[in-house]
Amino acid sequence: MASAKPQTATANPEAGPRWAIESKGLNLWYGTFQALRDVDLQIKHGIVTSLIGPSGCGKSTFLRSCNRINERLGYVSTTGTIQVLGQDIYGPDISPIQVRRQVGMVFQRPNPLPLSIRENVLFGQHIHRDDRIPRAEADQLVERALREVLLWDRVKDRLGRKATSLSLEEQQKLCIARLLPMRPEILLMDEPCSALDPEATRAVEELIWELRGKYSILIVTHNMAQARRASDECVFMLLGRVIEHARTEDMFVTPKKPETADYIEGRFG
Amino acid sequence: MTAPPPKTRISAAQAFDRRDSAWWLDRVAMMLVFTGGISTILFIGAIFLFIATQGLDFAATRLAWSEFFGSIAWRPNGHPPQYGAVALIAGTASITGIAMFVVVPFSLGAAIYIGEFARGRRREWLKILIELLAAIPSVVWGVIGLHVIGPAMTQIFGVPSGLNLLNAGLILGLMAAPIMTTIAEDSLKAVPDAYREAAEALGANKWQVVWRVVLPHARPGLSAAVLLGVGRAFGETIAVLMASGHAINLPTSLFDPVRTLTATIAAELGETAKGDDHYQALFVLGVLLFGITFAINLTADSIVRGIRRKKA
Repeated sequence: MASAKPQTATANPEAGPRWAIESKGLNLWYGTFQALRDVDLQIKHGIVTSLIGPSGCGKSTFLRSCNRINERLGYVSTTGTIQVLGQDIYGPDISPIQVRRQVGMVFQRPNPLPLSIRENVLFGQHIHRDDRIPRAEADQLVERALREVLLWDRVKDRLGRKATSLSLEEQQKLCIARLLPMRPEILLMDEPCSALDPEATRAVEELIWELRGKYSILIVTHNMAQARRASDECVFMLLGRVIEHARTEDMFVTPKKPETADYIEGRFG
Repeated sequence: MTAPPPKTRISAAQAFDRRDSAWWLDRVAMMLVFTGGISTILFIGAIFLFIATQGLDFAATRLAWSEFFGSIAWRPNGHPPQYGAVALIAGTASITGIAMFVVVPFSLGAAIYIGEFARGRRREWLKILIELLAAIPSVVWGVIGLHVIGPAMTQIFGVPSGLNLLNAGLILGLMAAPIMTTIAEDSLKAVPDAYREAAEALGANKWQVVWRVVLPHARPGLSAAVLLGVGRAFGETIAVLMASGHAINLPTSLFDPVRTLTATIAAELGETAKGDDHYQALFVLGVLLFGITFAINLTADSIVRGIRRKKA
């Protein structure tokens, strides 16, 4: 399954599961506070889908449910289902660890581990494979992953340096690179540019666009302009519900719901 | 540099004069706090000076250093008196070594469990219990060594005396556990949660997160915790005096009775006449002890400081 990279859904609809991510009747509570209400979403393969909406609308919560990283909090309960590549990830015999190999995540603040650049890229391999990887193979994995995020030429001479010594932009790219050796199908990004300056934001956005097609990307953003220029489809959420899900150009030009129009035009947020 | 007319200068000074009651209060408070802060330094200095001067005359003129650091014979009442400290140093070092061997795995294990695995109520209870452990007076530990561990040891191992190196090491280990656990747990807590989250998002399980991310990052803090435990063990007196057997001896087995620097001072100082050679020799031991614990604590402290600076 990991070897067959899905094309876009329209190009190859019958290969593998229909949706990259599909949630049905998803409700989620933090303690007694309900953060998601009856969320039904279908995220397509191989495109960039952005989740937009005001703070507290549940967009990050939805994202963090897709790899079950939400469960770290301990007081989270859910009903309904999320299927990732056709698998119910909340099913009884599924472990979050398996899910997280298929579904990579990039966080708001770049969070490289306090290890070398090289060790960061290989971290996933080291924890998921019992045998040691041969040196040559490891070198290859590192180079391929760093090339894919356009970082190789900049860091190839200092792979042994601490990852935390890189600039924020480089750190964030490294955080994307370290997901790739595990061959994830899906990349979740939680406001990946919000800690970056405009120049770095542009660079990371370009990278995301570059990765489009190879991965299904779901990205949470506060930045309307970013959603508009860097996503194929757009999901607008409000108070834990999905209000509208449409192609990005349609949503920004002719929103169907009045709430969407209000939000896009900046009447609240 | 043209001075303004004196008249206006005085009135300006008066206008800016804010020496009201709040200003004075601020001054007084500052003085008090300063005195408090500086007093610790004064006390340390005074104590060190006192210990050092009490033994100075003897150490400078009559003490044979080659004997002090070269002989195991500590016979201050012999004819002639002998002042060999090697057995005492060996006693202190061996007991501390045993204590660390016992306590380091336990304390670090406890810290990892409390910091990384235990949640909610259980975590709070464990922390309280460990701090309670620190509140047990050392003489109580001594009694436990004397009347519980000692007899148990003669029964289990069939040794003639239960008061020995192993007994004192066990007691001392238990005594050093709270400070070690607390400091180790603090240094685990100082590891940013973003690291754990990142590793978990990459599919690491709980133990992999601890082993590959948390522990390497917390290593300096953990070494400081161990060193502070060592410092604690080095200076402990009464419990060791009660549990160690208090015999001058270069230990060759776990069941040999030993004597420590601290216990020697505690046991003998009362019998000496102020200012005689024996009295002064004990103070030389004191300086030695002070120097060692000071060095250990200073090292631990500079490690901790190094961590803080790196974080800033």
